[in-house]
Amino acid sequence: MSPLLQGVLTVIIGVGGCIGYFWTSNFVLDRFIFPAKGPEAGRNINRANAVRPWLFLLPALAALGLYLVYPVFGSFWRSMFNRSGTEFVGLGNYLGLFEDGEFRTALLNNFLWVLFVPAAATFLGLLVAQLTDRLKWGNIAKSLIFMPMAISFVGASLIWKFVYAVDPEIGIINAIRDTIGLSPLDPLQVGFWNNFFLMVILVWIQTGFAMVILSAALRGIPEETIEAAIIDGANPVQIFFKIKIPQIMGTIVVVWTTITILVLKVFDIVYTMTGGNFGTQILPSYMMEYLFRDDGRATAVAFVIMIIVLPVMIWNIAQARKEVR
Amino acid sequence: MATDDDGIAGAKSSLSLVTNLTVVFLVVLWLIPTIGLLVSSFRDRDAIGQSGWWKSPFPTEQNFAIPAEGEFEPQADGTWVLTGNVFGEDGAGTVTAFGGRRAAPAEFEPGVTGNLVRGRTLMVEPDGDFTITYPEEPSRNPTIYIATEVPPQFSTDNYETILFSAGMDVAFINTLTVTIPATIIPILIAAFAAYALAWMDFPFRGTIIAIIVGLLVVPLQLALVPMLKFHNQIGIGQSFYGIWFAHTGFGLPLAIYLLRNYMVGLPRDIIESAKVDGATDFQVFTRIVLPLSFPALASFAIFQFLWTWNDLLVAKVFLPSSSESWVMTVKIADDLLGSRGGDWGILAAAAFVSIAIPLLVFFTMQRYLVRGLLAGSVK
Repeated sequence: MSPLLQGVLTVIIGVGGCIGYFWTSNFVLDRFIFPAKGPEAGRNINRANAVRPWLFLLPALAALGLYLVYPVFGSFWRSMFNRSGTEFVGLGNYLGLFEDGEFRTALLNNFLWVLFVPAAATFLGLLVAQLTDRLKWGNIAKSLIFMPMAISFVGASLIWKFVYAVDPEIGIINAIRDTIGLSPLDPLQVGFWNNFFLMVILVWIQTGFAMVILSAALRGIPEETIEAAIIDGANPVQIFFKIKIPQIMGTIVVVWTTITILVLKVFDIVYTMTGGNFGTQILPSYMMEYLFRDDGRATAVAFVIMIIVLPVMIWNIAQARKEVR
Repeated sequence: MATDDDGIAGAKSSLSLVTNLTVVFLVVLWLIPTIGLLVSSFRDRDAIGQSGWWKSPFPTEQNFAIPAEGEFEPQADGTWVLTGNVFGEDGAGTVTAFGGRRAAPAEFEPGVTGNLVRGRTLMVEPDGDFTITYPEEPSRNPTIYIATEVPPQFSTDNYETILFSAGMDVAFINTLTVTIPATIIPILIAAFAAYALAWMDFPFRGTIIAIIVGLLVVPLQLALVPMLKFHNQIGIGQSFYGIWFAHTGFGLPLAIYLLRNYMVGLPRDIIESAKVDGATDFQVFTRIVLPLSFPALASFAIFQFLWTWNDLLVAKVFLPSSSESWVMTVKIADDLLGSRGGDWGILAAAAFVSIAIPLLVFFTMQRYLVRGLLAGSVK
C-alpha cells in the first residue's frame, strides 16, 4: 500500500473513529445507562452530566498520560539500568555522564544557548516591534522577519550553511572578509565562538515569534499613560524604558520562557551543522548520539534536560492555577 | 490612535528616518540568507563555485580553453597560419581578453597581436576571429585561452535532479503522509477535551488544566526511549502509525491549551440558552462551539502542520530508518548533506522543496497563526 493512501485511510479511520467514539459514548450514556426518563429522570440527568466530561476528556487524557506523563517516570526508571536494560545500576549512568568530558561540554554549551538565544531573540523582537509600531510598511517588515518561523530547523541550517561557507564565492561572510583583505575562515570551526554562530540560526528563527507577541503587548498599553509621560516631558527613550517596558514585563517573561523551553528541546541545528563536533555539542544532540545504542545513558541525559526545565514547569503550573481560580 | 512618534514634535522627521533605515537594515539582514539559497537553487554547480550568488544577476567574465580547429596553411614567406573563430561556425560572443598559455589566459587585449614562445603569434578579434602564425610547420593544433562575458544563467535543473532522480519526491510524499493525519486527529481529540475543560463542571477541572499547562514544557526527549519500547511491544514498532500516535500525543497539550483559552472566551449566553432549549452538551459542542471556534482550530492546525512538517527528531526515532520512509528533513540531514555535501545547487533546491509548502501555508494563513500565538501567550 502506498504511504499516501495509507495516510488518507488513517485520516478517514482516525477522524471517523474519533467522531464515532464521542457520538456513540454520548448516545449510550443518554439512552441506556442514565436515560432522562422514567421515575429517576432528574437524577439520571445529573448523573449523566457528571460522567460526560470524562467521556470528552478520555482520549486526550489517555494520550497525554501515555506520551507525556508516563515517559517522565518511565525514562527515570530506565535511566537506572545499564546499556541494554538488563542490570540495575542506580545512579551509575548519571555519575558516568558527569565523568564524560563531552557531556560537560554539552552541559556548558547548553547553558550558553539558554543565556544567549532567548535574550537575543527577545531583545531583537522587542526592537523590531517598537520600530515597526508606527511604520506604514510595518506589517510587511514584520511578515518578512516572521517568515523564518515557517522554515524547518534543517532548512534553516542549510540556509545558514551557505552564509557560513568557507569559499568566498559562496559564503557571504567570507566574501566580506575577502573584500577587506582577510583570509577565509570556517565560522563553524572557530573554537567557542562557533557555538554562537549556531545560536544565531535559532535567534534568526525566533525573533519573529518574540516580535509578534511583544508587538501585540505594546499595542495593548493604554494611550493615557504614554500621553501623561509626554506631558511630563519624557523623551521617546525614557518612554520606552520607563513606561512601556515595565507595562509589558509580564509578556516579556512569557516570551523569554517560551524560547528558553524551545532551546532546551532543539537538537536539529547542531545535528545538521556540525554534528556536535568542534566543541559545539549540546544536551539534546549528545543524547541523540546514544539514543540507539545506550538506552541507559540516553534516558539519563533526557532526564537531566527534564531537571533543567523543571523550574519553568513549576512556574507554569503555578501561573495556570492562579488563572483558573 | 496617534500617528506621530509618541507625539514628540520636532524630533519626528529625523527619528522617523532613523527608524525607517533601521527597519530596512534588519529586514535585509533577515532576508539575505534565504535569498542567497533561493538564487543558488537555480544555478549550476560550476556557476556557484565561480561567482557569488550576489553577482549572479550580472554578466560575469569567465575563462575558457578552446582547442584551435582547422588546418595550418603554409605561406609564401615560409610561416604557417591558421584562422578560424573561437566561438565555432555558428557561435557568437564577445572576447574581452585572450592568451596563448594556461598560466596567463587573459594576457592580451582583443585585436592586439600577442607574441608567444618561439616566434609564434596569436591574434583574436573581439568577435572571436583568430589568426595563429607559426614560424615552422606545427606538429599539432594549439589551445587558445579566451575570457568572455557570460550572461546570467538560471535553470531549474537542480529541481529536476532533486525531484526525479535523487528521491526527494518519495520524501515529499512521506512528509505529507506523516503530516496530514498528525494534524487532523489531535485537533478533534483536543477540541472535545477543551470544551469539557472550558464549559463543563466537574471535580479536578482546575488540576487537569494546570497539569496540561505543565505538560507544555516536558521535553520530547524523555518520551523517545520509553515510547519506542512501548511501540515495539504493541507491535507497531517504527512505522507511520507510530509517528502519527507520537505527534498526536506531543501536540495535544498545546492544542488543548489554545482551544480552551479560546472557548472560555465564547459568550456564555449562547451556550446557556441552547442548553435551556434542551440541547445536550454534544449538540452544543458540535453545532455551536465548534463552528464558533474556527479561528482557534485554524491557528492550531497551522501550528501542528508546521511542527510536524518541519520535525526531524520524532521522524528519526519513530519512522523506520530505511530510505523509502524518509521524510524530507531526514533526507536532507542524513542523506543529502553527506552524499552531496559539496553540491550546493542541489542542496539549495532540496531545501526549497522542503520549505515551499510551509512558506505557502505561512503567507496565506499568517493571520490565523498570529491569532493563535497571541491566544497562547498574552493574557
